[in-house]
Amino acid sequence: MIYRNFKPLLLVKNSIILLFFISLAVGKTSAQTIPSVNIKDLYGSTVNTGELNNGGKPIVICFWATWCSPCKRELNNYMDYYQDWQDETGVKIIAVSVDDSRSTNRVAPYIMSSGWDFEILLDQSGDFKRAMGVINVPHTFVYNGEGELVWSHNNYAEGDEEELYEELLKLVD
Amino acid sequence: MKKSIASFALSMAWILLSGNALAQTSKEPVQGIVSGNVSILFQSYQEDSLIGAVVPPSKAGFNAFSNINYNQGNFSAGFRYESYLNSVLGFPGRFKGSGIGYRYARWADKEKGVDVTIGNFYEQFGSGILLRSYEARNLGLDNAMDGVRLILTPFKPLVVKMLYGKQRLDFDSELINGDGIIRGIDFELALNDLIPTFADSKLKITPKYSFVSRFQEGGNIVKDTLILELPQNVGAWDYGVTLQYDMWKFGVSRTEKINDPSADNGFIYKQGEALMYFLSGNIKDLSFLLQRSTTDNMSFRSDRDLLLFDAPINNIPTITKTHTYNLAATLYPYATVINGESSFRGELYYRLKRGSALGGKYGTKMNLVFATSYSLDTTHLSGVDAITYGYERNSWGFGNSLNVQDISLEIERKISKNFKAKAMYMNLRFNTLATPVTTDFKGIVYADIFVLETQIKTAKRQSLRTEIQALLTEQDKGDWATIVAEYTWSPHWFVSVIDQYNFGNPDESKRVHYLYGSAGYINGSHRLSVGYGKRREGIFCVGGVCRAVPASSGLEVTFTSNF
Repeated sequence: MIYRNFKPLLLVKNSIILLFFISLAVGKTSAQTIPSVNIKDLYGSTVNTGELNNGGKPIVICFWATWCSPCKRELNNYMDYYQDWQDETGVKIIAVSVDDSRSTNRVAPYIMSSGWDFEILLDQSGDFKRAMGVINVPHTFVYNGEGELVWSHNNYAEGDEEELYEELLKLVD
Repeated sequence: MKKSIASFALSMAWILLSGNALAQTSKEPVQGIVSGNVSILFQSYQEDSLIGAVVPPSKAGFNAFSNINYNQGNFSAGFRYESYLNSVLGFPGRFKGSGIGYRYARWADKEKGVDVTIGNFYEQFGSGILLRSYEARNLGLDNAMDGVRLILTPFKPLVVKMLYGKQRLDFDSELINGDGIIRGIDFELALNDLIPTFADSKLKITPKYSFVSRFQEGGNIVKDTLILELPQNVGAWDYGVTLQYDMWKFGVSRTEKINDPSADNGFIYKQGEALMYFLSGNIKDLSFLLQRSTTDNMSFRSDRDLLLFDAPINNIPTITKTHTYNLAATLYPYATVINGESSFRGELYYRLKRGSALGGKYGTKMNLVFATSYSLDTTHLSGVDAITYGYERNSWGFGNSLNVQDISLEIERKISKNFKAKAMYMNLRFNTLATPVTTDFKGIVYADIFVLETQIKTAKRQSLRTEIQALLTEQDKGDWATIVAEYTWSPHWFVSVIDQYNFGNPDESKRVHYLYGSAGYINGSHRLSVGYGKRREGIFCVGGVCRAVPASSGLEVTFTSNF
């Protein structure tokens, strides 16, 4: 009832109150881990993203779509190096398609024709994308062997794979 | 509303505090995680009579939002703060002010198979033809649910989703929901997990069933001499099955909706129906997708009186490919005819192997897409039936009137270590009466589109990408050409320039260059870009609806960040 007196900036004040309580409640926050969302893999099985792991080795999560040219350039370029990266760092790349119902059926034939060896997940309703705070694709996240977020990059330009490779090397040193 | 947000803020804080307290008493305290994102879009406008760009009274537009999520163990909560001061041109003009447009709290216990959300959430049942609440923030589209959702997994192969709520319609310093109440339930069963002998089978069978109902207060309408009662509860259901064997996949679904007179269908009392099926698979290096769908009177909204982008409950997928090249994507984008269409898509993908005579050193990829959509095969009724039911559908097949036919062939090849090229040819027949993307021409536009894209590595971590595009047509605005050049310095910088030139416009005074330059800086998950130039008037189409974006000229600054 006391809020009746709050006037035009009421919403802003409430947000500040909320943030204040969050920071109070949180105190110290831990490193970001992969949020838990149920999505499908390419074979129709349900995968809980919170359970993604690579046996203590790094994981790279790339958000992409069949209609996104830079995304496809990125993953095709990663594919050129994937075998070497796996040998050196044990990394697993998970390519998460954000294609919606218009284009999600294109993912499987595209993957087959591109010869990708990545683990493919289908985030058709965008639940995983939202949980990860992804605004636009491509967006790439690197998790260390403990499942903690250590690096992320929005957009892709030719040569970004070198930076990713350097990040992966740091994780095995 | 404001009071409810205040109490929501406090109750969330209370949950957070108690959650933390509980966590601290357990053996291994689960620490909280804060994550989120920020997006800011600023545009300033200049007058440009040549392209028809006008300056709004505020001279500039500003859209921003930030999502903040808090997660601790099974508990999560968050909100989105939104600002439209004033909204940028092309956005729904009613989006006004600043405030909280999305807030939720969720408890998801995987072990017990219980997942409950209160407040806002997005949800999709199956392909979304019955229910799809989603957001396309850059288009101003957001039909988030506001209510309660419960997802139960009573035993492992079965997932049951139940929801009850209203739907976001608008934003004026706070969330404004649509009129109707949406109720829905969705069952999905992984049959393989149910029958132990099939657990490891490569053949996976997944049947689905969904039911959605909308309640909206009714009343009577007058049509000609008839006084008709509006249905207050409109139910719709969808059932189907997906079969998957390795990389082969087949799916079929059948949807029905009881009569739902609406502004979309001209207040007729005909039932809605849809039939969709697809098959995808591969034979050696050739992979394919075949997709067929017929949708009849399946528009479904929170409010029967609304149109276009407002409060759609469902989404009818568009049959054509989502094109990426400027001229193929933006001049004649097809949108599903939501009152009904019969459509087909076939796609072939072929890879010529590395080192083969035709494939070259690095291999070559080819993609052929054929997509077409026609009107429904119908007979118009007469007399009283015409007023109440409108028409009768004769078959699931194609009608006489073409909506679109889009054939495209794309070839992609890496020529040397530092040089890649991609070529595309597209043949388009586009009925501007079915998808009204232009007011200059009514009828079928016949167009040929040619694109050549190249990419050259110029130095370590530097590359130049160019696109040369042409769209040739006798109709509408005539011929267009587009040139794109983009230079990137990985991992931080880019500059790009795009020029769209309407060189074949029958009206010589409209043979205009739309030149737009931009530059940007990327640092990890933060991205800033600044652009300046002319933006052509265009059409955004999403899930069967289109919105016109006026021409504009001026400065644009965008910032996005993920934390």
